[in-house]
Amino acid sequence: MPDPILELRDLDAHYGDFQALFGVSMRVAEGEVVAVIGANGAGKSTLLKCIAGAMPVRHNAIQLYGVSIGGDPAHDVVSRGIALVPEGRRLFPSLSVEENLLIGGQLGRKGPWNLKRVYELFPVLEERRHQPAPSLSGGQQQMVAIGRALMANPRLLLCDEISLGLAPIVIRDIYARIPAIVAEGLSLIIVEQDVVQALKTARYVYCLQEGRVALQGEAKALTREKISAAYFGV
Amino acid sequence: MSDFRVQHASWSSRIGTTIVVLAFVAFAAAPWWADRANLRLLSEIFAYVALASLWNLLAGYAGLVSVGQQAYVGLGAYVLFGLAMLAGVHPLAAIPLAGIAAAIVALPVAALIFRLRGHYFAIGTWVVAEVFRLLAAQTTALDGGSGTSLPAAVVVSIASSRQMREFTIYWIALAQVAVVLFAIVWLLRSRYGLALTAIRDNELGARSNGVDVARIKYCVYVAVAFGTAMVGALIFLQKIRISPDTAFSVNDWTAFVIFITVIGGIGRIEGPIIGTVIFFLLRQTLADLGAIYLLILGVVAIAVMLKAPKGLWGLIADRYGWQVFPLERRLVINKR
Amino acid sequence: MEWLNTILQGILLGGLYAMFAAGLSLIFGVMRLVNIAHGDLIVLAAYVALVATQTLGINPIVSLIVVVPVMAAIGYVLQRGLLNRTLGDDLLPPLLVTFGLSVIIQNGLLEIFTADSVKLNAGAVEIQSIAVGGGLALGVLPLIQFALAIAVIGGLQWLFYRTALGRAFRATSDDQSVAQLMGLNNAHVFGLAMALSLAIVAVAGVLLAVRANFDPSMGPARLIFGFEAVIIGGLGSMWGTLAGGIIIGVAQAIGAQIDPGWNLLAGHIAFLIVLAIRPQGLFPKVHG
Repeated sequence: MPDPILELRDLDAHYGDFQALFGVSMRVAEGEVVAVIGANGAGKSTLLKCIAGAMPVRHNAIQLYGVSIGGDPAHDVVSRGIALVPEGRRLFPSLSVEENLLIGGQLGRKGPWNLKRVYELFPVLEERRHQPAPSLSGGQQQMVAIGRALMANPRLLLCDEISLGLAPIVIRDIYARIPAIVAEGLSLIIVEQDVVQALKTARYVYCLQEGRVALQGEAKALTREKISAAYFGV
Repeated sequence: MSDFRVQHASWSSRIGTTIVVLAFVAFAAAPWWADRANLRLLSEIFAYVALASLWNLLAGYAGLVSVGQQAYVGLGAYVLFGLAMLAGVHPLAAIPLAGIAAAIVALPVAALIFRLRGHYFAIGTWVVAEVFRLLAAQTTALDGGSGTSLPAAVVVSIASSRQMREFTIYWIALAQVAVVLFAIVWLLRSRYGLALTAIRDNELGARSNGVDVARIKYCVYVAVAFGTAMVGALIFLQKIRISPDTAFSVNDWTAFVIFITVIGGIGRIEGPIIGTVIFFLLRQTLADLGAIYLLILGVVAIAVMLKAPKGLWGLIADRYGWQVFPLERRLVINKR
Repeated sequence: MEWLNTILQGILLGGLYAMFAAGLSLIFGVMRLVNIAHGDLIVLAAYVALVATQTLGINPIVSLIVVVPVMAAIGYVLQRGLLNRTLGDDLLPPLLVTFGLSVIIQNGLLEIFTADSVKLNAGAVEIQSIAVGGGLALGVLPLIQFALAIAVIGGLQWLFYRTALGRAFRATSDDQSVAQLMGLNNAHVFGLAMALSLAIVAVAGVLLAVRANFDPSMGPARLIFGFEAVIIGGLGSMWGTLAGGIIIGVAQAIGAQIDPGWNLLAGHIAFLIVLAIRPQGLFPKVHG
């Protein structure tokens, strides 16, 4: 197995007195797509927040290329090469499509992604580049959110529920672009409610249940029974 | 059928209330044990406790951060001077009338400045105080900008001897602070108090639980204007002299009051009392420093706001669970 | 004709008030902070200019080269060292801390420079005027002041909508937590916003000092004029702020014409009338 670019070692996370994650360990290799699945409240989004630097965690619990980054401020984490597509897209409403994308790229990390490449990936965005972000359809907004994260030229892209609230045909359309993103050498962690989509896209899957890893394995090796057992805890 | 009741008092509040009552009795007897200078100092202390407690109710509980309460101190004072000098009203009778006048003025003022949300409300209150000050400066009947003094005849009507006048004003100051504190305790123990505490802790949550936040804030604003004006009226009755700049002074009636409350502990009844004691202790030691004194006070208040946002009493209360006034609510299951 | 002159003077004065307002509006827009010490910082800038002109022997207008960077640096340090810690859901800390700051600046200035009022002398330009026909003449200095106000507001507008920094300001204003996740360092962005705000304050302070006498106690009234201009103009609208400043300036000029005692009152009354009949301001910015 190649050296992981990201490694989580025994990661705990707390919201005040409430513990949301219990000793989660995880490895993501170069160019690999990893899916995190689980029921509502299993801790999937919390996990991404921890990696993205939005939650206080133990410093050595998160390592990027062997360097501890746990609990570093979010903007440092971005400059080290981790970008997030947040749940619910969270575009900047008073910025245009293009300005949203430019915000993603304002740290100026070197890499393959720039406005031109993002517009090649999502041509519809170029037509709407000067429109305010909220005027776009849900699927288009999701493309902006992905494009915004890509503009940071990350080594690791975190995608939180990109299928949320979108029509199946739109979801398929967006997931169809994932291979083109991976082809640039990025690694991905996708958090998904849609298990079928997750299994189709990822090579390796972690299933969280109440803040703990209940199941992990290669996507093709996991059976439906194992997953539902891990998912619902039955 | 309820088999529980709400208990407000705790052992510390029983001790606290006892101390407060004993202190009140001792203070009431002060004319027999304190000299003239100390009586004046005590009345000033009472006035600041009252003003700070009222501001605390406004900002600490109702979330209405006003930096313009000097508007009502000055208004109350000017109403008293106007009634006593121009309408021949007995100066002591003019004190409650000053409160009523301020409450009436506060009704439309509140309707207007409540349109300013959050932070901007604070500056809006300052505009109101400025307008009042400028209007007072235009009041030629009370000598406008240069100010005026109460004529001897009015002063003598309080009481014929100088000593008795000083005692009377002292006792009224003591009564005022007692009534203010009692009224706030009573208010916070009532069902409005529960609503106010809810607003203090989480305004959005209070609103979604059916608290009519806007109406309660409105009532608190008007009530505080009423109280503040009466305190202001008495302060200037004691001073005998008034001018727009002293009556509407932002330093004296707002900066000091805010620093007192912040240092003592905002959102707690005990805070303004502790804060006033500290304020006067500092003043006695640093009074010679003039402008530097205010500067130091500002630094201390900022430091407290950042390092101990609940103030000194907050530190004590968190540590020992003390409360001087019987305010907490504890459910007690009744024995059958 | 006298009235026309009064109104023209009021408009030119409004430019200064718009500058008071622009800095206030900027930081409220970016970080929802209302800086109660804003007026005192304007006066502080005037005193920095006083020291600069006295020690370097330069014209007050030239002293902007020194005062603007000094004030901007003060702004950045103040924001990162103090004000960033007060930001959050609770309204109290920023209000009380900036109020404390206001008292500290005022009394610090009082201690150093005494309560005596002073004025900066800009030289011959102060008495020059341009005839505009009909027997009316406009002072060169008020015209420079108004032109600077338009330049400042136009510059802010450009910066907000055409530059990377402006984009960062708007993004942070929209959603602080996501801005952070996209690599913006909010603490730094806020520091830059305050630096910019105080750079504008510096220009306003120097103009204030050249225009008339000033003393340490003048700050709060400048805060109020700026605040009134912001509210009259409508939150978030830069050119509205200019209109707001002009309305306050004209109202004050007309008030003073009627009775000198009504100078300031007239401005406040104009504000209260707008608040009563159009609380959202004259040119509110509608969010999409």
